[in-house]
Amino acid sequence: MSLAGRELTIGYRDRVVGRALNVALEQGEVLALLGPNGGGKTTLLKTLLGILAPQAGEVAIGGRALTAISVRERARLIAYVPQLHVPTFAFTVESVVLMGRTAHGNLFSRPSAHDRTVAAQVLEQFGIAHLATRPYTMISGGERQLVLLARALAQQPQFVVLDEPTASLDFGNQGKVMREIRALAAAGHGVLFTTHDPNHALRAADRAYLLRAGERIAEGAVGAVLTRSQLEELYRAPVEQLTDTASGGSAFLPG
Amino acid sequence: MTSRFVPGLLIALGVLLLGLIVAFTIGRYPVSLAELVDVLWSRLTGRPTTVSPAVENVVLLVRGPRVAAAVLVGGALAVAGTAFQGLFRNPLVSPDILGASSGAALGAVLGIYFSLGVIGIEGLAFAGGLVAVAAVYVIGSLLQSRDPILVLVLTGVVIGALLGAGVGLVKYLADPYNQLPAMTFWLLGSLAATTVADLLPLLGPVLLGIVVLVALRWRLNVMSLPDDEARALGLATGPLRIAIVAAATLVTSASVATSGIIGWVGLVVPHLARALVGPDFPRLIPTAALLGGGYLLFIDTLARTAAPVEIPLGILTAVIGTPFFIWLLAGMQKTWGS
Repeated sequence: MSLAGRELTIGYRDRVVGRALNVALEQGEVLALLGPNGGGKTTLLKTLLGILAPQAGEVAIGGRALTAISVRERARLIAYVPQLHVPTFAFTVESVVLMGRTAHGNLFSRPSAHDRTVAAQVLEQFGIAHLATRPYTMISGGERQLVLLARALAQQPQFVVLDEPTASLDFGNQGKVMREIRALAAAGHGVLFTTHDPNHALRAADRAYLLRAGERIAEGAVGAVLTRSQLEELYRAPVEQLTDTASGGSAFLPG
Repeated sequence: MTSRFVPGLLIALGVLLLGLIVAFTIGRYPVSLAELVDVLWSRLTGRPTTVSPAVENVVLLVRGPRVAAAVLVGGALAVAGTAFQGLFRNPLVSPDILGASSGAALGAVLGIYFSLGVIGIEGLAFAGGLVAVAAVYVIGSLLQSRDPILVLVLTGVVIGALLGAGVGLVKYLADPYNQLPAMTFWLLGSLAATTVADLLPLLGPVLLGIVVLVALRWRLNVMSLPDDEARALGLATGPLRIAIVAAATLVTSASVATSGIIGWVGLVVPHLARALVGPDFPRLIPTAALLGGGYLLFIDTLARTAAPVEIPLGILTAVIGTPFFIWLLAGMQKTWGS
C-alpha cells in the first residue's frame, strides 16, 4: 500500500502554496520533508493527511482517493503526530493514548477492554507505561513526544505522519525519537516527517523530499539528495559538510 | 484515576445533599431536619404525615419547586459550561459564550414589553437564546477561516453586543414604572417566582441536552484537542461540534428562560469539578452536574435569607464568583484540572 499525492496544487482558500507536487510514500520506508520556513512543508503534510483539501490533483491511499474514504476510516490508515504543544486540559497520559482508539469505536462508544489493552501495549512499547496515570501536561517534552507517538500507534495505522517530531527536544531525546521512527518503518509502517535539520533526515530517513517556495527541488535517497550544494540551494545559505574519515558518515553545519 | 473519580463524585453528591438540606430547612419559616424527612417520607410512602400542614406546605409548595429549579438550573449551567470549555479549548469560557444569554435576555424584555405573561416571556426567552446561537453559528460558519473556533467565539461576542444594544433599546422604550423594574429584575436572575408549572418546560430540554452530552462524553475529550488533531483521530468535527453546541444551548436557554441571567455558575463549577476528578469528560460531566446543583442551592438559599429582601442571584453569584475565580487563576493557570 502507498500514500501518494499526484499533481497536487496545495494551499488555502485565498492563497496557493505549491503547484504540481508529486509525493509517494511506501510502507516500510521513511521519507523526510525538508525546506525553509514558509516553503509549504506543513501545508503539504496536511494535504496528504486529508485535513486540507488539495485545490487540484489527488491524494490516494492504496489506490483509493482520500476524499472517498470517511474521516473515521482514514484515521485507521494514517496517524498524525502534531508538533509538540501543551494542551489546554491536563488529561492523563492513558487518556491521551486512549484517544488514539477513537476511530475504532462508534460515536457513542466508550473504550473497550481491547482498546485499553492496545493503549497499555503501546505505552509499554515506548517505555512509558509508568507515566500512564500522570497528567500529560506535567511530563517532559521528550516524554510528551513519546506519548503522541504512542497515541498514533494506538490508531493501528499503516502510515504515520509527523510534523517536526524532533523540534524542541533535547539532544538525547532527538536521538530517541529518530530511533523510534526507524523502528516504525521496520515494523512495516510508512513514515513521513518534516524537519529543519538535514542531519535528522540522514539519520532516520530513507528518502528526502526538498521543498522550497512550494516547489520540489530534489527528491531521492538521502545520500544522493542531501549534499552540500543541494542544501545551499534549498536554504539559500552557506552550509559546511563534515565527513567522519573512520565511518564515512557525513553531517552538515549551517553557516 | 479511578481512585480519584469515586471520591470526587461522592464529594459532589455530598455537596448536593447538603445543599438540599440547607435549602429546605433554612428560611423565614425554619423547618427541622426531622420534619423535612417526615414530609418527604410520607410523600414517598403515602403514609400520613405527623407535621403541621403549614410545614408541609412550606416544604412541598413553597420551597419544593424552587429547590428543584435550583438543582436543574445549576446542574444544567455547569454541564453546559463544561461542554463549552472543552469545545472551545478554553477554561475561561461560560455557557453564554455564543450569545445564549443575550438572546434570551432580548426575548424576555420583549415579552415583558408586550405584556405577554409568564409563559410568553419564558417562551420568548428560550427561543431568543436558541435563535441567537443559531445565528452566531451560521454567520461564523459562513466566514470560512483556518481557525473556525476563534471566528465562532468572536462572532458570539459581536452578536452578543448587538443583542445587548437591543435589550438597552427595549428598556429605554419601556414604561419606567411597571415594565422597567420587571425587566431589571429578570435580567439579574432569580428563582423566587418559580412554581411547579415552571418545572416541566425546564426539565424536558435540560434532560434532553444532558443526555446528548453524556452520550458524547468520550468524544468530548477528543473535541477538546485542536481541530486538525481531532479530525486525524477520526472525528468529523463539523457535525459533532453542531451537536454539542445545540445540546449545550438547549440546556442553557431553558435554564435562563426560567431563572433569568445567572452568570458564573457555568464558569466556576467546571473548574471545581476538574479539581475533584480531573479533566476527563466522562467523569467531569456527572460531577459538574451534581456540583452545579449543590452550588446554586447554597447561593439561592443565601439569596433569600441573607437580607430582609431577596438579593438577585446574578449579583450574588458575581460577588462570590469573582474573588473565587481570581483565586483559581492564581493557583491553577499552569495546569487546568491536574
